Amino acid sequence: MNGLENLRARSEAARAYFVARESWRWSEALPWVAAIAAFFVFPDYMALGTQILIAVIFALSLDLILGYAGIITLGHAAYFGAGAYATGMLSAHLGWGEPISAMLFGGLIAGLLGFVSGWVLLRYHGLTLLMLTLATAILLLEASNAAEHWTGGFDGLVGISIWPLFGVFENDLWGKTYYWYALGVLFLCFLCARRIVHSPFGRSLVGIKSNVARMHAVGTPVHFRLVAIYTISAAMAGIAGGLFAESNAYVTLDVLSFARSGAVLIMLVVGGVGRLYGAFLGPVVFLILEDELAKLSPEFWQFGIGLLLVVVVLFFRGGLLGAADALRDRLKRGRRP
Amino acid sequence: MQQALAATISILFDGVAYAMLLFIISVGLSITMGLMGFANLAHGAFAMMGGYALVSLMLTLSVPFLPALALAAVIVAIISIPFERFLYRKLYKSGELDQVLLSIGLVFMTTAAITYLYGPSTVSVPVPDFLTGQIDLGFSTFPTYRIFTIVVGFAMMIALWFGFERTIVGAKIRAAVDNRRMAQSIGIDVDKLFVLAFALGSGMAALGGGLAIEIIGMSPNFALTYLVFFLIVVAVGGLGSIRGAFVAALILGIIDTAGKYLWPDGGAFFIYALTVAILLVKPEGLFGKA
Amino acid sequence: MKPILETRNLVKRFGALAVTRDVNLSLQKGARHALIGPNGAGKTTLVNLITGVLRPNGGQVLLDGADVTHRTQAERVKRGLARTFQINQLFRELTVLENVVMSVAERTGAAATLWRRASTNTAAIDEAMEILTRLNLDDHALTPVRKLPYGRQRLVEIAITLGQRPVVLLLDEPAAGVPSAESHIILDVIGGLADDIAILIIEHDMDIVFRFAKSITVLVSGGVLVEGTPDEIARDPRVKAVYLGEQADV
Repeated sequence: MNGLENLRARSEAARAYFVARESWRWSEALPWVAAIAAFFVFPDYMALGTQILIAVIFALSLDLILGYAGIITLGHAAYFGAGAYATGMLSAHLGWGEPISAMLFGGLIAGLLGFVSGWVLLRYHGLTLLMLTLATAILLLEASNAAEHWTGGFDGLVGISIWPLFGVFENDLWGKTYYWYALGVLFLCFLCARRIVHSPFGRSLVGIKSNVARMHAVGTPVHFRLVAIYTISAAMAGIAGGLFAESNAYVTLDVLSFARSGAVLIMLVVGGVGRLYGAFLGPVVFLILEDELAKLSPEFWQFGIGLLLVVVVLFFRGGLLGAADALRDRLKRGRRP
Repeated sequence: MQQALAATISILFDGVAYAMLLFIISVGLSITMGLMGFANLAHGAFAMMGGYALVSLMLTLSVPFLPALALAAVIVAIISIPFERFLYRKLYKSGELDQVLLSIGLVFMTTAAITYLYGPSTVSVPVPDFLTGQIDLGFSTFPTYRIFTIVVGFAMMIALWFGFERTIVGAKIRAAVDNRRMAQSIGIDVDKLFVLAFALGSGMAALGGGLAIEIIGMSPNFALTYLVFFLIVVAVGGLGSIRGAFVAALILGIIDTAGKYLWPDGGAFFIYALTVAILLVKPEGLFGKA
Repeated sequence: MKPILETRNLVKRFGALAVTRDVNLSLQKGARHALIGPNGAGKTTLVNLITGVLRPNGGQVLLDGADVTHRTQAERVKRGLARTFQINQLFRELTVLENVVMSVAERTGAAATLWRRASTNTAAIDEAMEILTRLNLDDHALTPVRKLPYGRQRLVEIAITLGQRPVVLLLDEPAAGVPSAESHIILDVIGGLADDIAILIIEHDMDIVFRFAKSITVLVSGGVLVEGTPDEIARDPRVKAVYLGEQADV
């Protein structure tokens, strides 16, 4: 009988371990408080702020596949761009400018593209997968370039006219409305991402990243799981793209570029991969630095970001968040007698 | 008909010249990736350094073209050694992601440094008289410089083939590419071999970069712009295969040139479509090991 | 009685080299069968063929009478096949508990849910804890696997398979790499496994083989040399010759 009670106590402890990991911490309010505060502290930077929020959604979508499932891609901009063009073309060619549905349409198209490409590509690994994701994104860019009539080609897609949000809130010159719009979308996307990551499905992705041979041996339909998260990630990237099209009312081929795929990857790595909040910190640091340093000289910015990348890879594997954790651990250890 | 034939010859010729450049630059990357499995996206940066070294040697130090080309290759080969020793070596055990990110970071730093030192526009060098103009091959005339490039490319291919198939060092490298652990267990010093292969590959890339100035142009954007092409040559050809790099470079060079000629606005499409098609069917590349 | 696991004329070639040659193997429910043979005989290859990691060039694999020769690993697992690896294949950064929950959740289908939190999957957590308790690993439940000594890690490898509630269990050198001071722990666990599970053990350690096996197959150069009870095998001169290095007719 003692054994049974013991087992029950241990099971409680086991469950508590999972619950503790999933529950909301006070520190998690920080990014949201900071985002809200930014509106009042930096009212002149709301246009940049909106673009930062959009980049965060994009980086969050990448973290789902890179940080949790371990899929390395150099072509994630394909889905961002697909969403941007889908939303943009919906307005420019079909005259539909309702912001929320247009953004969701962008997500839908990107998700479909993600499903199809993921189904084919995720059978491959390593350098082959890297090249395939890269080439697929470039193919999409070239196709978009060729389809000038639809996409506007090199000159970009113009004629995007988005109706007021909820029929009331216009996108003003200072980007204030769109800041709240983007923040709201980010919050919802984040809730989804957080729930997925803490679900049994999310844990199985961690298992796949950790040891795929073992996952096969316990009966996991690995390919199917990877395609599923890849599709979700693509849809989220498409939502970010849709917001991009709406907030800028202009889409160019650069939304599909290798530069954009590379940039979001760098942002996420600098922030910290596999912890969701790295996707918040990375774009903030990257885009603010870019805004400040590029003013001095573009070479200065490029050198700086290159150096940051090298330093992060060599010394701060977990990105800035990882470094912050390590610092906090060291301080904790220092405090004990 | 005459027009079509002339166009075809022209495309083939330009395509082969372009292909030789791609081969000379990429073959080193194929060997090092096959040997150490290191995803090095910064390889194009060595090509770029070679190009700019050539510029400095010729314009600032008045070194004549051919010696400067050779010297640029040697200088970059030597410079590459500390890169391997102090940066890349730390990441051999790490995953692909870290390697990709480190090398992208290095490309950014190199690009920025070169922009700062030389300015953002394309550079050119005074090509010696005997390489300018055209040569009449009977059925058509061709630019001498491109013939020179093609000759260098083929010569390099033959030299590498000879070096890999007929020398002991070459045999050791082939063994290590084939099965690194086995090679180590029979006493081959794979680490030292790798430094050698890395320096050689970087030197060749620099040579290619120097040659590229007068054919595809050289600017600080070179490394990033052509990054994809070098990776395609390596992935499509198969890691660690000289023959693969040669064939893949030919395919890429000719098809890309043909595409740009026949369909100026969207010609680049074909090369990526072909890459995807080949990799889907043969993920290890045409001559890679499965 | 129909065998629960069967291979028929299984053949595997790598290029010109035949690593598995016409192997016929048959396990009944509750079997305690050992697969022995010199290094390079192809024992692990055979396990890989049975589990689906490798596809054969010829022959069949049958699970409870059903032909699974062309089925994926996951499909065979769903039919009750589980295996351990010769070198631990664990989720090293995760806790011991999570390693086992991973396989339980996969078996129950809970692993496909993405809208509920993992902590609500109490059935899987409880079952995992019960398995860990049975194997005396419950003290380490919340320890990351990589921090455990190798012998305990080997036990986690077995715990994961128990989460799959296998009908057929393939153990690839379960005591390999375990310091002799700890190997008895592995042996006790294997000895305590349920009677209705059919177990195939690959082993080099003859003590373990003769303690647990009721029947033995000797594999040499990819082909079956002889099959029989432990006594028969112990007395067979061909088996002795193989292990002493003399020529053996296969």
